[in-house]
Amino acid sequence: MKDATLARILEARAARTPLAVVTRVSDGAQGVVSFDGADPSLPEEAAADASRRIADDESGTVEADGEAWFVHVHTPPYRMVVVGAVHIAQPLVKMAVLAGFDTIVIDPRSAFATTARFPGVQVVDLWPDEAMESLRPDSRTAVITLTHDPKLDDAALGVALRSPAFFIGSLGSTRTHAARCKRLRREGFSDSEIARIHGPVGLAIGARAPAEIAAAILAQVVSVRRGGAAAS
Amino acid sequence: MTESAPPPREDTATRAAPTDEVLAQAQRWREAGHPVALATVVATWGSSPRQPGSQLAVNADLEIVGSVSGGCIEGAVIGEAQAAMADGKARLLEFGVTNERAWEVGLACGGRIKVLVERVGDSP
Repeated sequence: MKDATLARILEARAARTPLAVVTRVSDGAQGVVSFDGADPSLPEEAAADASRRIADDESGTVEADGEAWFVHVHTPPYRMVVVGAVHIAQPLVKMAVLAGFDTIVIDPRSAFATTARFPGVQVVDLWPDEAMESLRPDSRTAVITLTHDPKLDDAALGVALRSPAFFIGSLGSTRTHAARCKRLRREGFSDSEIARIHGPVGLAIGARAPAEIAAAILAQVVSVRRGGAAAS
Repeated sequence: MTESAPPPREDTATRAAPTDEVLAQAQRWREAGHPVALATVVATWGSSPRQPGSQLAVNADLEIVGSVSGGCIEGAVIGEAQAAMADGKARLLEFGVTNERAWEVGLACGGRIKVLVERVGDSP
């Protein structure tokens, strides 16, 4: 792999755009396929297969010109947006980073949202709706609200529910969640829209300590992302 | 948007997605002038633990990031990676189950796996 190819993969990742690296397995000959087009040195069938595989996010092998080519799809990393720089957010963010999520913490209360509490994580101290609008949650983004404060949680949920985020979850008791659903209904969200929210967020594993609750939340996010049986 | 300052470069090691972190580390090694080889799972059959696209990078000091199996074949892959760093040639490795010849490198899980090993960069 050329240094330039390596740099191109990492640039695409930073820009959150997908690409595929197509490699002839017999000798390592290589080219890149992206939305901008395909390396002209690649056989047409291999480039076409790579475009299809980018859409499906599935790496694999294709036969072209009588040779096997490996199509390695590089898609943008999954993101987890955590609203509320509260105690549970600290272990949750650590675990999410280990699981490969680009992780962002939002909290306008600057006493909570400090980089000392969240080393190595992007911390945004804007109001949640404003922060969420600028982050533009996509289908590879999970949004989790942890504050219990309607002013903060509902502002984030409003943006999340209008986005294609693959996971939306809110911490809070069943009663808190019922009140939340009622408020969102008053804001004009339908029952089916509100049903996208996992609330109370997290798998029922009897979690009590902050790190245990974080584990329950991350497990639920992974289950939804991977289509696991425990998704609800 | 008001944000915290971006973390120092070393910190990216704890931030990035696993596969991308392998490549980010490979780039850091290259920028520091190290020879680097990259191993990529290109096909699996049966119960292999790592999917196609899983990667491992290794430098000439045998520092390793990432994985291509549950640890069963890494030793053999790294041997080939050293050879690739030296001659610049890509190689396709195939590993299967070990049974009667238990000293051979293989996968205890019963899977089969193909791994492409290539040098990163145009010169060692």
